Amino acid sequence: MSIDMSQFHQVFFEESFEGLDVMETGLMELDLGEADVEEINTIFRAAHSIKGGAGTFGFDDIASFTHVMETLLDEMRSGSRDVTREAVDLLLTSVDCLREMLSAVDAGDAIDEERKNSIQAKLEVMLANGSGTQPEKQGSNSGGTGNDHPTAGVWKIRFAPHPHLFRTGNDPVRMFRELEHLGELNTTVDTSKLPPFDELDPEESCFEWELELRGECSEDDIIEVFEWVDEDCDLSISRIEDKSEQNTDPENDPSISKGSTGVTEEKPEETQKIQQKLPATKKKASKKTSNENSSIRVGIDKIDALINMVGELVITQSMLSQISEKFMLEDIERLRDGIDQLERNTRELQENVMQIRMLPISFSFNRFPRLVRDLASKLGKNIELKMSGEQTELDKTVMEKIGDPLVHLVRNSLDHGIEMPEVRKAAGKPETGVLSLNAYHESGSIVIEISDDGAGLNTEKILQKAREKGLVGEEEELPDEKIHELIFAPGFSTADQVSDVSGRGVGMDVVMKNIRDLGGVVEIKSEKGKGSTFTIRLPLTLAILDGQLIRVGRHIYIIPLVSIIESIQIEEENCNSIAGKAELYKLREEYIPVVRLHKLFNVEPDSKKLSNGILVVAESEGQKVGVFVDDLLAQQQVVIKSLETNYQKVDGISGATILGDGTVAMILDLPGLVDLSKKDSGRSSHKEVLMAEEAVA
Amino acid sequence: MASILAVDDSASMRQMVTFTLKGAGYEVIEAVDGVDALNKAKGKKVNMVLTDVNMPNMDGITLIRELRKLPEYKFTPMLMLTTESAADKKAQGKAAGATGWLVKPFNPDQLLGTIKKVIG
Repeated sequence: MSIDMSQFHQVFFEESFEGLDVMETGLMELDLGEADVEEINTIFRAAHSIKGGAGTFGFDDIASFTHVMETLLDEMRSGSRDVTREAVDLLLTSVDCLREMLSAVDAGDAIDEERKNSIQAKLEVMLANGSGTQPEKQGSNSGGTGNDHPTAGVWKIRFAPHPHLFRTGNDPVRMFRELEHLGELNTTVDTSKLPPFDELDPEESCFEWELELRGECSEDDIIEVFEWVDEDCDLSISRIEDKSEQNTDPENDPSISKGSTGVTEEKPEETQKIQQKLPATKKKASKKTSNENSSIRVGIDKIDALINMVGELVITQSMLSQISEKFMLEDIERLRDGIDQLERNTRELQENVMQIRMLPISFSFNRFPRLVRDLASKLGKNIELKMSGEQTELDKTVMEKIGDPLVHLVRNSLDHGIEMPEVRKAAGKPETGVLSLNAYHESGSIVIEISDDGAGLNTEKILQKAREKGLVGEEEELPDEKIHELIFAPGFSTADQVSDVSGRGVGMDVVMKNIRDLGGVVEIKSEKGKGSTFTIRLPLTLAILDGQLIRVGRHIYIIPLVSIIESIQIEEENCNSIAGKAELYKLREEYIPVVRLHKLFNVEPDSKKLSNGILVVAESEGQKVGVFVDDLLAQQQVVIKSLETNYQKVDGISGATILGDGTVAMILDLPGLVDLSKKDSGRSSHKEVLMAEEAVA
Repeated sequence: MASILAVDDSASMRQMVTFTLKGAGYEVIEAVDGVDALNKAKGKKVNMVLTDVNMPNMDGITLIRELRKLPEYKFTPMLMLTTESAADKKAQGKAAGATGWLVKPFNPDQLLGTIKKVIG
């Protein structure tokens, strides 16, 4: 039967990548010199599984490569090889190489033969001259002496199983059946060893057999039949006749009658009928189109909880429809109860569905031990990585997008933050620098901190550089926070020497942009000589948002609740306008710019007079802004619909949602609004917003 | 219908084995490691056990040893899936009571061939 093995490939790749992560983590944690056997065993097992799978599914390159790794690990496990730094390094490199090979095969590309061969060669060299004893393949019990060419003949086999044979699950009948495939078989049972009945142990084997096999087969073929029991029996095989085309008459065979007792002969013919043709299962598995379809692993308990809730939802629904069938006024109480229940069900369902998308941030943190280790040795620095809050959960999409910015910040801290050991020593600090990664939840956001105890940001150097680049005027003085923020300016780098670790001046601005795109912010705290902390604040999910509904004329917009500080009645005397254009509002000794939504989006408000409306004071990227609206409506959770997928990006708007009554409301993008109002020309025209509304609806 | 207990910690191997065996008309009970297999085997009788050797929690050899202690598994054929380099594993497995082995890598035809050899 033929089975399309490619249907198992995707699972194989997934588990292999997981296995590689296990290996990597395990290798990182190995103590040099005296490694824990169980730890090595875990790594070994992962390698072993990958090898087994790769061999089975036809990825021979991967199988052979993993085999060498496995041999090395096996030597470590058995204690015949020391766990040296070189070995661990080489194994880590091999893990990388294996990962690349798997990715390549997964994507349908060719593997990098050169890299594979060079690393495999290194592994082999290490194996050859290491302290290990070569576990060479034990020569299999092929006692055949050139008898491996099948020739027609008659074989005499004496098969005397040891008493315990049955307890290995083996059955002489099975072997006879096999022999029958090789030729014509005559069996004679010898019951001479059979004990008296009262001493008989029915679980022991006490028969011996004389077998005569006539057919075209080699001695090896026969030995193979008895392969599993070669230590559980006495076996002798001899060839009694060469090229015996004559004497095919069993009547003339002397061995048949010999020793034949009353015991029924085991005539295995009957077993032949068992081998009916197996139904050919030719299920053509639908070819996986691409490996783009990302998957997520969800615990069964979470799914069960969901199904449970859907069940309750269905009950509530049927209850409601029952009420509505013949509605009487006195049912209003029941109706209200039902709707309350519906609301509860919906909320629970929503929370639980969101829960499925939540993954612990350890998925993202896990790559750092390796990264820090490699980078530290490359830079010649001693660095200890401390991680905490790895179990903090966040949305899968957010996690995927925050990965690269995190890597960049960590590299930056390692490269520019933590000093060389001698510098640290001179400064009276411990030679080993500490890099900490921390994550926690705080009021609906996830906060990720990357801190180091390095040199801190050099404000003078940054300022000097900024002046050189013309980012800051020659005479301009800035507070420290503003100087720190300069490192996020495009094309900014203060590295004395451009290293290949970081410091090409691309990156920090990209980091900032990526985080902003996710609706997050970055803060820097830095003290010279003591270290720096980068704090990233991100929304927990990108799919749902707590919003404040506001109204301008007959249009409803949504402002993310997290960014709103307060909403106030406007007092005319606190309004100022500069050059008749930009408006400022004086709020407790602070001047904040006023953004008139009706003007930006070109819609008709109830009133253009500030004192008739409300000013929603919101903060975006550390800057306060007052949004002028007609009215405040409800606060509610809204499901974000992307404008990019439904229509196109519109300045000042981050997305849309559909309200309870079916109308579409736009979600305001505050940083975008501020930019827009600075240009002060209302670029996002009314028409564009209207078109967006149509597209989403 | 003959039933087979298939034990492997690797999901892809387990899927392949199960798919192949079910396709050939066997009933398959899957287990992810020795402990899982032992729990699923207790109080039940299967016609054959097919187990990987290297597994977390309980390896295949220990599983075979434990199963042999159970009265209903005294004579049950038990095959281990092993790699060619593990000659000592074969001996250990035999000592624990394994019936035989199937050398990895194998393809579905080899798998079915071996199983047919054992339980017909």
